[in-house]
Amino acid sequence: MKKIEAIIKPFKLDDVKEALTGAGIIGMTVTEVRGFGRQKGHTEMYRGGEYTVDFLPKIKIEIVVPDALADKVVSLVTGAARTGSIGDGKVFVEPLEEAFRIRTGERGDNAV
Amino acid sequence: MKDLGSFARTYRGRIAAVVIVACFLAVGGWVFAQDKPPAPAPAVVAAAAPAPPPSKPDPAGTATGGIADVTAKTAGKPTLEEVADFAGHNRVSLNIMWTLLTGFLVMFMQAGFALVETGFTRAKNVAHTMMMNFMVYAIGMTGYWICGFALQMGGLGAISTMGGTGLLDSEFVISLFGKDFGLFGMKGFFLSGSTYDVAVFTLFLFQMVFMDTAATIPTGAMAERWKFSSFVVFGFFLSMFTYPIFANWVWGGGWLSQLGKNFGLGHGHVDFAGSSVVHMVGGVTALAGAMVLGPRIGKYNKDGSANPIPGHNIPMGVLGCFILAFGWFGFNPGSTLAGADLRISVVAVNTMLASASGAIFAMFYMWFKYGKPDPSMMVNGMLAGLVAITAPCGFVSSFWAFFIGAVSGVLVCWAAVFIETVMRIDDPVGAIAVHGVNGAWGVLSLGLFSDGTYGDGFNGVEGTVRGLFYGGASQFVAQIIGTVTCFVFIFSASWAFFKVYDVVFGMRVSPEVEMEGLDVPEMGVHGYPEIQGPATLVHAMGASMPKTPAMTMAPERSR
Repeated sequence: MKKIEAIIKPFKLDDVKEALTGAGIIGMTVTEVRGFGRQKGHTEMYRGGEYTVDFLPKIKIEIVVPDALADKVVSLVTGAARTGSIGDGKVFVEPLEEAFRIRTGERGDNAV
Repeated sequence: MKDLGSFARTYRGRIAAVVIVACFLAVGGWVFAQDKPPAPAPAVVAAAAPAPPPSKPDPAGTATGGIADVTAKTAGKPTLEEVADFAGHNRVSLNIMWTLLTGFLVMFMQAGFALVETGFTRAKNVAHTMMMNFMVYAIGMTGYWICGFALQMGGLGAISTMGGTGLLDSEFVISLFGKDFGLFGMKGFFLSGSTYDVAVFTLFLFQMVFMDTAATIPTGAMAERWKFSSFVVFGFFLSMFTYPIFANWVWGGGWLSQLGKNFGLGHGHVDFAGSSVVHMVGGVTALAGAMVLGPRIGKYNKDGSANPIPGHNIPMGVLGCFILAFGWFGFNPGSTLAGADLRISVVAVNTMLASASGAIFAMFYMWFKYGKPDPSMMVNGMLAGLVAITAPCGFVSSFWAFFIGAVSGVLVCWAAVFIETVMRIDDPVGAIAVHGVNGAWGVLSLGLFSDGTYGDGFNGVEGTVRGLFYGGASQFVAQIIGTVTCFVFIFSASWAFFKVYDVVFGMRVSPEVEMEGLDVPEMGVHGYPEIQGPATLVHAMGASMPKTPAMTMAPERSR
């Protein structure tokens, strides 16, 4: 199993969700997060003064899938979340040791 | 009690309760019915008896009201005296009604101030900022009732538009150079004794809401760091002393209003609805308070450059501005104290024109200078136009009204940046620029552009009010004296009060409280309990924000 963690622009959430569900990937967890990468925040104007907002609002999506599906999910997410401009986000893939479905007690690939 | 409670929950219990309540209502109704209504005035009975009113409906309204409605001994045949009496009573009724109604509009401006000030400050201080704006209404009113009104209006003399009652007849006067200088009034404390009078009460209500407008201005400039307890004491101070005394000099028959009569300076210091008396007093008090308090933590960098601290809710600020602009239709037209003075139409139109040009010119100024039409400055531009037109609204043509507003729109943007970056005074909402600077511009503009079409007999001087460009140079001099006096008196009195209070009791919350937000430490509750997050995230301020230990503690505490 792999856990795929994608940090994307908030307005791209619907596109990513549709791309994944359209490909039969069901289930994800979404969190509103803030952060910065190379984009290093942005500047805003207030009453004639410029100021920097370091921590920009982003959406973090967590998806757990069997190993075989991981590459497909990554390409779906990156494809759907890309605008081509700085600040599009990142995708992280990590191995996952175990998973349980609370209701039935199933474990492993069956549980995700 | 427990038994009673369980009985009430049973079916029978409920029926019994309904029966008992019904009995109470029946008995109450019977008792109330025994209270005979007071006998109607005999004259009214006489009027109604011989000529019963027609029972036909009158959808167009043309036949409703007529000679039969004039109170007369012989109904339908009033004598000339009776008609005259009735006309006079009607005129005063209209004036009192107008003054009360416009006073109610001005009262609602408190809501506007609350929204503007809270919208332009941070989410962690909303309960504190809101409650200052809320309680200043109650505190100010109480102080004004105790002695503020008496000091301001106690020596006014006859209230000419409200029946000419001369109950407020006691002014403390000193004589200099053979002339009288009225300093403060001495009648009407607690509205008691011989001031228990409809005209005086009307005047009290109207003047009270004006005073409260001035009192609520400093809460914006001093927001986000001011101890609530210190604010409460200040509320009494302004409403009982500084505001009433300056207002006496201009509106209560005091020495500034007599500059014309005594020294031939136009009509004395003229301020139709309070650019100086209300707004400049509020703005200058705000200046003194913000200076004594010092800037918010994180406002200025070590090199002295300023960091913007954006307000948390622009829609709230804009709504507040609209409420204020609406309330201003009470503020300015109401200042005739007379609905029968039809100049109110000119006053109302001038007021709205200046608000429009203020907003438009602030928009273009920010757009050209900084690239975007800043919402908070468009709001402040409209308010600045309103503040400036408040003094001259009764005396200028629509062209000059628009011009005065246009100048304020630019002036407020320039002044806000100047106060922030050059004077290094931290004014979270821009109250000093809006009310102080534009209040001064308003009274001065009256001395420039008053066109001589109105104001005959104003402040006891014959002839109409004329500004410098209409042959009234001495009026401009009177306006300058009024403006300088306002600044010197209000600034020194307020600064002394704030400084002494600060040294003795302390005016400012601790840095930890300020970082965390004043809501919980000062008020005991979050304004927005459900969206309160770590301060570093909610108020992401950029690398320039100092990272003090208190800052890292804040997230822990605010949860």
